[in-house]
Amino acid sequence: MEHNTHSTEAAPHADDKAVVKRIWRTFWILLIITIIELLMGLSMYAVEMPGWVVLFLKGVICILTLAKAFYIVAVFMHLGDEIRNMIMTIVVPLFLFVWFITAFLWDGNSFRTMRNKYDKFKLEKTMPKDQKTSDSARHGFGG
Amino acid sequence: MSTAAVTKANWWNGGKSPFNLEYGKLMMWYFLMSDAFTFGAFLISYGTIRFSQNFWPDPNVVFNAFPFAGHANLPLAFVSLMTFILIMSSVTMVLAVHAGHHNDKKGVVKWLIWTIVGGIAFLACQAWEWTHMITAEHAVLTDGTLDVIGQTTKVNPWGNPVDMAQATAALNNTSHEGLVKLAHIENQAKSFQQLGVLSDATLKGMIKLEQLHVRESGPVAFGGFFYGITGFHGFHVFSGVIINIVMLIMTQKNVFHNRGHYLMIEKAGLYWHFVDLVWVFVFLCFYLI
Repeated sequence: MEHNTHSTEAAPHADDKAVVKRIWRTFWILLIITIIELLMGLSMYAVEMPGWVVLFLKGVICILTLAKAFYIVAVFMHLGDEIRNMIMTIVVPLFLFVWFITAFLWDGNSFRTMRNKYDKFKLEKTMPKDQKTSDSARHGFGG
Repeated sequence: MSTAAVTKANWWNGGKSPFNLEYGKLMMWYFLMSDAFTFGAFLISYGTIRFSQNFWPDPNVVFNAFPFAGHANLPLAFVSLMTFILIMSSVTMVLAVHAGHHNDKKGVVKWLIWTIVGGIAFLACQAWEWTHMITAEHAVLTDGTLDVIGQTTKVNPWGNPVDMAQATAALNNTSHEGLVKLAHIENQAKSFQQLGVLSDATLKGMIKLEQLHVRESGPVAFGGFFYGITGFHGFHVFSGVIINIVMLIMTQKNVFHNRGHYLMIEKAGLYWHFVDLVWVFVFLCFYLI
């Protein structure tokens, strides 16, 4: 069986430069996304903001992280250069994570609301003071 | 076989690998996929516990130390450095793989060495971070008195903040040993013995409650998840470094040169990039959100 993508002969010089350029471009993309994520993470600490803004920022950070994961897998791991069938055998099983994350975070949130309903002592002990007056069934994420 | 079949590249006619991929590399991909589920399960269990809590420590408060910076408040600075090191070592690894495509032994050796250096630097950073978190001294309100604890798998010092009135009342209930430990936080130069001989009144004079940021103890699960998951990741980095060192020795001994290809470097590369990929998610779950 021949593996023709891994020819032992050296590729033409121009193509070689393009590949190295792509690697460094990906590095800069990853670095810039990471810096944006860090600035957003720090802003949640440095600036007083309402709960929904914090949630929104966290959501954006999650999406940016997925973008970073895409670049690492597609460019650094060369998965983007493989045959479509092979890519699918890796990517399709990962969709299990959609159920996995949804179901288990839902479960965690349900633990919290039930405990707050039936264990008032624990609620009093653990709920941050500025949130005690507000609705105890507000969003999770532990503050 | 007609020429049309070649241009259409029907991979399933037999006679060739349908994925156009070497066996070892394909199996590495499937191993990494299963490893992704292992890490995924760890991170999701962490998420479940975190969602079940009313309070979780703010990462900006927890991760604010930097080597040789003393008590300076530098949130996320050190982990930024660690992330940068790992991204950089991923770049050097992909350059090593690229050099391997061209049978460029010198290039492979050079970039592999840089990757190994990056991996060791990351592990060193993690060792410092763990040591700092375990041995750091934090004033925590426990049972009406003040105690000094670090971050372990049994206790968490980053609970809800305590107001000054409550902290002052607790300070008055604190035993001599407790006062010695509290005084030591801001007076690292003095040993526990030196502080131990001082009277309670002198010790209380040395303790500046405003600067201690007294808190209640936080969710116990924090330590187990943090050390467990970053430790599991760190173990992957460690084994990745070992694999890269083996690759370096094999390259130096012309094993791949004689074989005619550097496919083994690609497999090691896949593993190393996966380590970087996992860090992206560990970074997200523990340090950013």
